[in-house]
Amino acid sequence: MPRELTQNRIQKIWIPSKDDKPSMPRIPHGGPHLANPPTVIVMVGLPARGKTYISRKLTRYLNWIGIPTKVFNVGEYRREAVKHFSSYDFFKSDNEDAVKIRQQCALAALRDVKIYLTEEEGQVAVFDATNTTRERRDIILEFGAENGFKIFFIESVCEDPNVIACNILEVKVSCPDYQDCNKTDAVEDFKKRIECYRVNYQPLDPDQYDRNLSFIKVIDVGRRFLVNRIQDHIQSRIVYYLMNIHVQPRSIYLCRHGESQHNLQGRLGGDSGLSTRGRKFAGALADFVEEQNLQDLKVWTSQLRRSIQTAEALNVPYEQWKGLNEIDAGVCEEMTYEEVRERFPEEFALRDQDKYYYRYPSGESYQDLVQRVEPLIMELERQENVLVICHQAVMRCLLAYFLDKSADEMPYLKCPLHTVLKLTPVAYGCKVESIFLNVEAVNTHRDRPEEVKRGPSTLIRRNSVTPLTSPEPNKKPRIEGLDDPTIREVTPAQLTLCSTTHTTLALSTQHWLSEACLRTFLHYLQVVSVLLFQRT
Amino acid sequence: MSVIENNTEQCGNSLTRELTQNPLKKIWVPSSKNGLPERHISQRKVCMTNCPTLIVTVGLPARGKTYISKKLTRYLNWIDVPTKEFNVGQYRRECVKIYKSFEFFRPDNEEGLKIRKQCALAALNDVRQFLTDEGGQVAVFDATNTTRERRETIIRFAEQNGFKVFFVESVCEDPDVIAENIVQVKLGSPDYTHCNTEEAVADFMKRIKCYENSYQPLDEELDRDLSFIKIIDVGRRYLVNRVQDHIQSRIVYYLMNIHITPRSIYLCRHGESDLNVKGRIGGDSGLSARGKQFADALGQFIQSQNISDLKVWTSQMKRTIQTAEAVGVTYEQWKALNEIDAGVCEELMYEEIQLKFPLEFALRDQDKYRYRYPKGESYEDLVQRLEPVIMELERQENVLVICHQAVMRCLLAYFLDKTAEELPYLKCPLHTVLKLTPVAYGCKVESVCLKVEAVNTHRDRPTNVDVSRQAEEALLTVPDHQ
Repeated sequence: MPRELTQNRIQKIWIPSKDDKPSMPRIPHGGPHLANPPTVIVMVGLPARGKTYISRKLTRYLNWIGIPTKVFNVGEYRREAVKHFSSYDFFKSDNEDAVKIRQQCALAALRDVKIYLTEEEGQVAVFDATNTTRERRDIILEFGAENGFKIFFIESVCEDPNVIACNILEVKVSCPDYQDCNKTDAVEDFKKRIECYRVNYQPLDPDQYDRNLSFIKVIDVGRRFLVNRIQDHIQSRIVYYLMNIHVQPRSIYLCRHGESQHNLQGRLGGDSGLSTRGRKFAGALADFVEEQNLQDLKVWTSQLRRSIQTAEALNVPYEQWKGLNEIDAGVCEEMTYEEVRERFPEEFALRDQDKYYYRYPSGESYQDLVQRVEPLIMELERQENVLVICHQAVMRCLLAYFLDKSADEMPYLKCPLHTVLKLTPVAYGCKVESIFLNVEAVNTHRDRPEEVKRGPSTLIRRNSVTPLTSPEPNKKPRIEGLDDPTIREVTPAQLTLCSTTHTTLALSTQHWLSEACLRTFLHYLQVVSVLLFQRT
Repeated sequence: MSVIENNTEQCGNSLTRELTQNPLKKIWVPSSKNGLPERHISQRKVCMTNCPTLIVTVGLPARGKTYISKKLTRYLNWIDVPTKEFNVGQYRRECVKIYKSFEFFRPDNEEGLKIRKQCALAALNDVRQFLTDEGGQVAVFDATNTTRERRETIIRFAEQNGFKVFFVESVCEDPDVIAENIVQVKLGSPDYTHCNTEEAVADFMKRIKCYENSYQPLDEELDRDLSFIKIIDVGRRYLVNRVQDHIQSRIVYYLMNIHITPRSIYLCRHGESDLNVKGRIGGDSGLSARGKQFADALGQFIQSQNISDLKVWTSQMKRTIQTAEAVGVTYEQWKALNEIDAGVCEELMYEEIQLKFPLEFALRDQDKYRYRYPKGESYEDLVQRLEPVIMELERQENVLVICHQAVMRCLLAYFLDKTAEELPYLKCPLHTVLKLTPVAYGCKVESVCLKVEAVNTHRDRPTNVDVSRQAEEALLTVPDHQ
């Protein structure tokens, strides 16, 4: 006879109960099946090919759809180890000591990958480095085999000088390595850095050497893709995502419908029309859109009356998406919060306990919303300028994706009526501009209550989506064996970058780690710096 | 169709149009002056593409082009993109009534070449008609198209007519795969009805040879401005070039998820539920006594099938989970597999719906696929919700899906290529398992009734669907219940 079922109070999920008594919900071991066993995504490519851009964006997406993911950027480990960046010479392949440091940084990062995937419940780790030699990749493959991790390579190949120049200006010039340099010098040095790698670059070879590996080669920023041996669902989703993103400049405008009749009465959900102020907002929105002077703006609405009415005022074609409908409040639809508290006091309390996972009886949760909205995110990635006129909970979901907010934060993001958020991708993230269109409206935001007792831990299920913020990259890499104190004492050799006698100094740096000449060298630099350099 | 007046809205200033709610689909559309809904084409649907798309297959014979064409067509139609395939081989068979031998395909057979070219042009003509006059959105031009010259002709044709072109090339040199293809689909072809197996295979291999010498595969350099996907070794590797729009992106994703490993998909509903017995729709009730019996029988059936690595999927509704519990293997709950949301009609009997919402009841009979329950869903919504389930089913191997009547109809329609009209009336009785096994270009269906009695929940379309009909006429086809 089948076991008795009981319904988890927060998520409304049916689970078997023990001895006819409702048991505590358990988190099934191993979490979602989407990425079992853990996967290491390995970036491959020359500098300035968008590897970190892809790493971060992909990580943000995977976390948002509920797959714990983290980036491990070897460059950051290197910056920890070598406190002051000197010049591109560090990256020359004959700079033996530097080569050793770089190798140790990579190994330290891999060590952290292992900890994240085996002890910290990570599912995907993104190993962000050039990984341009077979030798390095073989080390990683061995590491994967030893630990039972799947390995998936993402290689970015690009020879378009415009794209590369643009990348360098967007993200390299402002990087810590070049903080004391002017732009031109930074660019020059970086280009030479690229050349250091190019000499030994062995691209992935699908025909022979790498034909058994799983990878995607992204060519010319997405013009062409070569996909080899996709092993599982998560790799298939990653490939689909990579094939839909682009780097064209554009803006995404998010706003809610104008104030509605229900808003005025403090009612949830429903399908009411705009209030007078709401209609005024629609008009203001139309003016705002005109001022923005965009070519080719797509306008999306939900299928609820209030968002369509808002779009109608713009007098441009719009597309209705059922997926953008407000969260379904089930039995609580059209009630005020007071009425909910009166008629369903337990539900009211549960929602405050865990607003992300809480599902209204016969309704939805934020978790359900994320799943429902995912195809829209995919389509937003494909598009260019888009205005999305939606609803409070939906807008919070979308915002959490663009701004990398966790499941915990998402239900409390502030999305007031009559305010447009303009999101513009910049460098590795998103610039947000908040524009209040000067039409008064009620406030529909309920803050997180002070006293929130955390209930039993919630279930993680297949296809369950639990957005996590992309974890901060490791601030303190443990690089063992790198205990040569002289390295940390090297003072600004970045002086060399701006020096006209750059070449001469550079040659001498080959011996820089030798303690004997180091202090002399430093002294020399300090002396020379006073004489020669004028900062621009 | 009458207009529901109290749903009309004033939109403030006189410049904005009034909205009215389409009574069938519950979609808000601007109304014209007399209050009737204006016809808006792209408002309901997501805009897949701006202009029609011509998919062109490329590859030697027996590389799976027709398999891909048919499967892709079936998928696109299911997600509501009107698609049709045009197989040039069929045009040739029409033209050359009796197939003699591979000699027809020899590159020096001028007569043969002329006929084959004419067939290709005839097919393109029909493509034009379908995409321009018949409301088609995607046409799949299924032929070898192995020479650059032939492909140039097609590209010019598309340009003249404002169609986008997307090539799907299948490259495979694995002799086992090719041999298997020949056995599965060529031997049974009309071309070889009066041949024995060896003769047919030998002839077909020579036919392939005729194409090999002039084969110019799509090239990364020479064809770098074309949009295409090159499928290598049945999906081991893909080369994707210049995806132009949403529909091409979806096509690529689909092609990258399908496989040809033999497997079976089992579809069934939950065991009979308490609400089923009372003739009520929707809700979240548990299994009746007979439903529990079915669950046990299902467990035994699955065991007897001796399936390796079976995945079991359920919805998040109690009745499917209870059923899965009896099967005794781990199962995954998908919210997307939940039954269609009947909105205000949840937990009502058909008789009650007729009483309380006679208009809705009639509209549903008029267009059951597009009809959306007030505050609920339509079959059309269901298909959209189920698409990720289908995609994952394509990736998987042996799967048992324990779901619900409307959901099962949607899934079945996908596998058996049923139209939107047929879909809502497909027979999916309780306590019956459908075993689907891909074979040749389609799906073999075995229906296994697990011999536990249950109510019938299937309601046929009544003869009179008019809004003005009598209650008895509406309730004529309601199945018996307590």
